[in-house]
Amino acid sequence: MAVDRELPTQEAADLIALTRELADAELAPRAAEYEREERFPREVFAKLGEVGLLGLPFGEDVGGGDQPYAVYLQVVEELAMRWATVALGISVHTLACGPVDRFGTPEQRERWLPEMVGGRLLGAYCLSEAHAGSDPAAMRARAVRDGEGWVASGEKAWVTHGGHADFYSTFLRTPDDGERSISCFHLTPDLAGFTAAPPEQKMGLTGSTTAAMRLDGVAVPAGRMVGEPGRGLSIALSALDSGRLGVSAVAVGLAQSALDVAVAYACEREAFGRRIVDHQGLAFLLADMAAAVESARATYLVAARRKDAGLPYSRQASIAKLVATDAAMKVTTDAVQVLGGAGYTRDHPAERYMREAKVMQIFEGTNQIQRMVIGKHLAEEVTPANG
Amino acid sequence: MNIVVLVKQVPDSGTQRSLDPSDNTVARAAADNVINEIDEYAIEEALQVKEAQGGEVTILTVGPASATDAIRKALSMGADRAVHVQDDAIHGSCAIQTSGVLAAALQQLEYDLVLMGATSTDGQVAVMPALLAERLGIPQLSGAQKLTVEGSTVKVERQTDGGFWALEAPLPAIVSTWDTINEPRYPSFKGIMAAKKKPVETKSLADLGVDPSSVGLATATSAVVDVTGRPPKGEGVKVTDEGDGAEKLVGFLAEQKLV
Repeated sequence: MAVDRELPTQEAADLIALTRELADAELAPRAAEYEREERFPREVFAKLGEVGLLGLPFGEDVGGGDQPYAVYLQVVEELAMRWATVALGISVHTLACGPVDRFGTPEQRERWLPEMVGGRLLGAYCLSEAHAGSDPAAMRARAVRDGEGWVASGEKAWVTHGGHADFYSTFLRTPDDGERSISCFHLTPDLAGFTAAPPEQKMGLTGSTTAAMRLDGVAVPAGRMVGEPGRGLSIALSALDSGRLGVSAVAVGLAQSALDVAVAYACEREAFGRRIVDHQGLAFLLADMAAAVESARATYLVAARRKDAGLPYSRQASIAKLVATDAAMKVTTDAVQVLGGAGYTRDHPAERYMREAKVMQIFEGTNQIQRMVIGKHLAEEVTPANG
Repeated sequence: MNIVVLVKQVPDSGTQRSLDPSDNTVARAAADNVINEIDEYAIEEALQVKEAQGGEVTILTVGPASATDAIRKALSMGADRAVHVQDDAIHGSCAIQTSGVLAAALQQLEYDLVLMGATSTDGQVAVMPALLAERLGIPQLSGAQKLTVEGSTVKVERQTDGGFWALEAPLPAIVSTWDTINEPRYPSFKGIMAAKKKPVETKSLADLGVDPSSVGLATATSAVVDVTGRPPKGEGVKVTDEGDGAEKLVGFLAEQKLV
């Protein structure tokens, strides 16, 4: 079912219509096959880039769409309804463009951003390491000063688009600027020694390549540091708030699709002489699923509107990520239940949705980390950190 | 090269469509209205000719206020401007009456080439190119699967069941296109933003100098007298294979004159 959306402008409504047309024609027919074959849909991102969907939240000065987050996220949700891998890719790409957009010098923005947000280039984000996921400050990969530039070494883990991306917003320890110093770099795959490890064998989102990125004595040229030396961790954490909203929208789209599959099945399948949707036990299950989807959507939109209004939204972003991804896990699991034996087979998408939902409770900050963030905000409201 | 593309807004052919029971005209108000799909191929062809040779692409549509959605989509694909003929008196017009309105609108525009989809998914009469050719006194090349413009000549391949006819005509000319002619582009988001600033001129019958009594349901040359829904699909034939399944299948196909 098409989701009835409140959109602020005619062009936002036209944008959603375009997204639906494109997603129905280019995403939906490919999703099951690519996921089964673990194939990365680079050509689909090229098509989305051509149409302008890789730069929606960025400014017109760099070729972006200048759209509010509340609109951009609903585009992501519509994409996720057809193919979570692609919607997640847009969210990661947006996350990867963030540091240059917000912290880059005017020269860096002018040189790199138009191609990044213009859709010709696809981005990736290298923050985690094998032993440093929830605690990125424990990272070890480092860039050491060497003349005008740096030499980078180490390994970044869980990189979405690893090996396929055209640029990597990469966070490295920079010991020359202080023992605990972390800085942000704009790395490109042409740099010798910067290579992708074999892709991870994952439970779901198998069309979206995830790989470790190895830094084997990479000579990083001057001018590739983004933001001040030592600002890396705060750049990374500030970008994560908006990234969490992207993941929330992906989770809601996935949950919406699972609900749609379940409702369609329940309106067709008969048991005991009537449609199973007419059995109250099933209808209540579907009602709870619908309530979970709609409340999760409302939650991410509240956070997005705060961001668009320039208000603090870190707590709301964590709440949205927690609520939306837990809802997606519940709704996709229940969708398998509604379809019964059929739901457990690969003839129907419900089992794939369930596998895809699981990782959403893990990436972009586990839901335990989200609870820590929310708890910290609650405590600070009563006893301010510096008070 | 000035190109005018005729675009019609129709109820989405992928949804349940109906007639208004009060006057048996197409029920448009409650329908999910979209650009007649094959018109998008005509728009794409116009944009390709413009991109190769320069010029301007104008969208011309006759329809109610809701047709602005179709116009906006055409403009967001890349057309330059639009003319929207909108007048309550046109409601219920037949193809012949509508061709009079379109011809009057075309006479107020400069054009070298008029493009349109070969048929619409609501009326499906597919006679508009011929009607306009007659009214405007210019050639029509219908059902194109390929189009090239060389100087003041337009050449098309006219698609048929068995192959194609190679046709050419001097400009100005009318060409209708099939969905084999190209692959229409998606609008881009920049196109959507640009469309907001493109001129859309709304014209009434008075603006066109068309007598309102010459159009509309009352004086239409055809009338829908009665409507019956399509009968439900039959059960079909079940062939049980008892060693002779193949023979039975061939027998069935032969009966239907399919083999």
